[in-house]
Amino acid sequence: MDYIGKSVIRQEAWDKVSGKAKYTADDSSPGILHAKLVVSPYAHARIKSIKTEKASHVFGVRAVLAGERFPLTGEEIRDRPPLATERVRYHGEAVALVVADTPHLAKKAADLIEIEYEPLPVVNNPTEALKKDAPLVHEQLGTYQKEERVYPVPGTNIANQTKIRKGNMEKGWAESEVTVEEYFSFSPSDHAAMETRCSMCEIRSNGDVVITSSSQAPFMIKRLIHEYFEVDIGKVIVETPFVGGGYGGKASIQLELLAYLACKAAGGRKVKLLNSREEDILTSPVHIGLDARVRLGSTEEGEIKAAELLFLFDGGAYSDKAADLSKAAAADCTGPYDIDNVWCNSLCMYTNHPYAAPFRGFSHSELLFAIERTMDSLAEKLGMDRLLLRYKNAIKPGDTTPTQVPLNKSNVGNLPACIRRLKEIIDWDEGVAKDIGNNKIRAKGVSCIWKTSTIESDAGSGVILTFNPDGSINLMSGIIEIGTGTKTVLAQILAERMKMEISQIHVQMEVNTQSTPEHWKTVASRGTFLAGRAVLEAAEDVIRQLKNIASCVLRAKASDLTVAFGKVFLRDDPSIGIDVKDIAYGYTFPNGNAIGGQIIGRGHYNLRHLTHMNKETGAGKPGPEWSVGAQAVEVEFDKRDLTYRIIRAVSVVDIGTVLNEMAAKGQVMGAMSMGLSFGSRETFKFDEFGRVMNSQLRTYRPIRYSEHPDYVVDFVVTPQVDAAYGARGAGEHGILGMPAALGNALSIAAGVKLNELPLTPELIWRVKKKEGFSDAFI
Amino acid sequence: MTAERSLSAVLNVNDEERAVHLKPTDTLLFVLREKLGLSGAKPGCLNGDCGACTVNIDGLAMKSCLMLAVESLNKKITTIEGLKGTPIQQAFVEHFAFQCGYCTPGFIMNCHAMLNTVPDANDDTIAEWLNSNICRCTGYQEIEGAVRSIVKKNQMNRKRP
Ligand code: FES
Ligand code: FES
Repeated sequence: MDYIGKSVIRQEAWDKVSGKAKYTADDSSPGILHAKLVVSPYAHARIKSIKTEKASHVFGVRAVLAGERFPLTGEEIRDRPPLATERVRYHGEAVALVVADTPHLAKKAADLIEIEYEPLPVVNNPTEALKKDAPLVHEQLGTYQKEERVYPVPGTNIANQTKIRKGNMEKGWAESEVTVEEYFSFSPSDHAAMETRCSMCEIRSNGDVVITSSSQAPFMIKRLIHEYFEVDIGKVIVETPFVGGGYGGKASIQLELLAYLACKAAGGRKVKLLNSREEDILTSPVHIGLDARVRLGSTEEGEIKAAELLFLFDGGAYSDKAADLSKAAAADCTGPYDIDNVWCNSLCMYTNHPYAAPFRGFSHSELLFAIERTMDSLAEKLGMDRLLLRYKNAIKPGDTTPTQVPLNKSNVGNLPACIRRLKEIIDWDEGVAKDIGNNKIRAKGVSCIWKTSTIESDAGSGVILTFNPDGSINLMSGIIEIGTGTKTVLAQILAERMKMEISQIHVQMEVNTQSTPEHWKTVASRGTFLAGRAVLEAAEDVIRQLKNIASCVLRAKASDLTVAFGKVFLRDDPSIGIDVKDIAYGYTFPNGNAIGGQIIGRGHYNLRHLTHMNKETGAGKPGPEWSVGAQAVEVEFDKRDLTYRIIRAVSVVDIGTVLNEMAAKGQVMGAMSMGLSFGSRETFKFDEFGRVMNSQLRTYRPIRYSEHPDYVVDFVVTPQVDAAYGARGAGEHGILGMPAALGNALSIAAGVKLNELPLTPELIWRVKKKEGFSDAFI
Repeated sequence: MTAERSLSAVLNVNDEERAVHLKPTDTLLFVLREKLGLSGAKPGCLNGDCGACTVNIDGLAMKSCLMLAVESLNKKITTIEGLKGTPIQQAFVEHFAFQCGYCTPGFIMNCHAMLNTVPDANDDTIAEWLNSNICRCTGYQEIEGAVRSIVKKNQMNRKRP
């Protein structure tokens, strides 16, 4: 058997091309009630009154929820009411909810709810939020319940702060002959998964709360419903069928809470709450924004001696996962470079914007935009080749990270090799820019990347294997199939280890928290690592059981047996053996005696040796390994109208052993596409009142078919010793350097520093004007 | 207040006559999903922006969120459930042209209509058709590969005497 590295077709492929794959909202069994939200038209306002009278009289209305106080929620800080009561803090925040027989009736009634608001001054970006006289988004910040390692500052808009203090800054600056300083800014944007979020809830007569949700974290839903609403944890059952794209946005628990409350109000009947696209963009959590300042100091030879960083994340109105995002950014704040002296303050700021969920890359594409743009500035000032500067400072085994973790050959990938490979692919030596006539310039921008996954130090994953009478195996894992193909990869790992046909492995696609073993969350590119290890352990377990039964039947020691090709046989004489199918359900001797029974295997893997980051210095081990890579973007820029086309995008990433080549390339390419879309066109347009002006896919417009560049994806392989067959995470890395590489390419092409996102022609025009270029059209 | 009136109608879906009660204001997408149990066409925006709801009406690609069910009376409706092992489905599978699969029925129905209308579509034509759908997971390059592989086959078949 040889399944590692093969482009095995995903297990659910035919279901997905024939319309049979079921997503949460596809359940339309009769009798389901439908909920509809009423959301705030203001970014910050006091709620003066809510009148629900008319709504409750609409035909078919079963419940109306408004003005009632529910327990505060939030993963790091409990600062968020599921439905706003006294005050709304962002445009689109849920204020009331109607449950009715049909979606139309629910909408009709929702439109009749009258809410009177008194507008309050808004905090419209994180820099404003930090000012002394800024309005406070949470006056009661000091009174909220919170996790131990979050550090809000009551009386300010700071929801969390993480400090990195490594080395000696004075020394670092003293050794620096050249310094650069740059400022960056971009607003929140959206995940825009094609499937809008949907949650359903039913409360059975025995009190079981059954939730079906398009979620990346069903086990977290179970835990939080229990914690917030005091339902016995065993009574919460969460099911997740296929998920139509997550990218981190479905790892936050939000809609599920409302579906639960709606269901309770409707006497436990099954209620469906499906976001419209506008609600999915406005009301549900979004992609975080950032204002940043970066200072780098280096010797004239380009050896970086000091880095000072200030990150002000736009966490929005509630801290939820944003507090964590700002911490993860601090942990990898320097980018993949070996810098001895580092000072970083990473703040999660409250603003009156939609609040943030994790987003593919968990704040890394954001921080890397700031770092990698500054690296280009430094290279320019030094008069040094941009890739050479990166190569010289590239992080390597033997170096330490900003949080002072020593790196070795296994826990960090091979960045210099990635840079060398990238250099060849993009014909770097031909120059970064070329005038191709007709007022057009071709320019190349590069970016290096790295990431570790700052995840809970006890995150784990379990796997159960059960046999069928024909010797085939059912594989149950709590991983959600959000599109990454991880469940297929798990089948490959199992087939490889058991040396059996992959067609004999049946992977359960849906997750049910009652019958599927727990997998922490399907995020952070950790799926293959955690669940892969669990699969191997479960495989060992069934192999041991098979050998035990076979040893009785074959009258041989279990240790003399081997399992492979659907058989258990004597190692030194394969002709003596028994088919797995004959013992998968135990074995019956000719005289009727039976031994064993259905073979059930289990495996589990927990992260180990992770530590919390120190409050004052940041020292600690936040994640198991650092993946690295180097990326480039080539643009064709029109000097007259400042428009451009993205011609080519290249990624060379070290994801360790590649388990499924086409699937891995697809992951990287898809992430690159998302990164280019974020870098070039995606942002919320806020008006002066903090309202989002573009909450539809025609005004919030992701990249489309004809705009895709040529993608080149190449791998450098440094196996991670710890992981199943040496595979590192792959789901996020493609996105990480795309905004930065695009920014670098366009800054070269346009001849001005572009430090904001998205990089629209209008932005380029504004910057050119500010820099005193006469009219760009001439 | 009372419920809206509904009317009985027969729709021709995937070569079957299906009796259904519908309101004049119901979109085709709503009727397919909620009344006929055909959940292959997906809601993504209900606004014509994303293409996830694409079906074929008399062989042409239509966004079923933009069409009233009553407009489809006496027309041939084909949804993803009506395609059985077509070359374009096969090509999507082989080219890894999807990940989460949510946009896939819409993309395939759009490609299917295009390949029937313009079997040897050139790159510009393909772009013109496929720009009406959004895929958030792939880089589109895989979808391009799948579609082009069929166009190429069509061209070869035509050249053959
Ligand atoms: S749902 Fe019809 S185009 Fe988006
Ligand atoms: S495959 Fe997920 S949106 Fe296209």
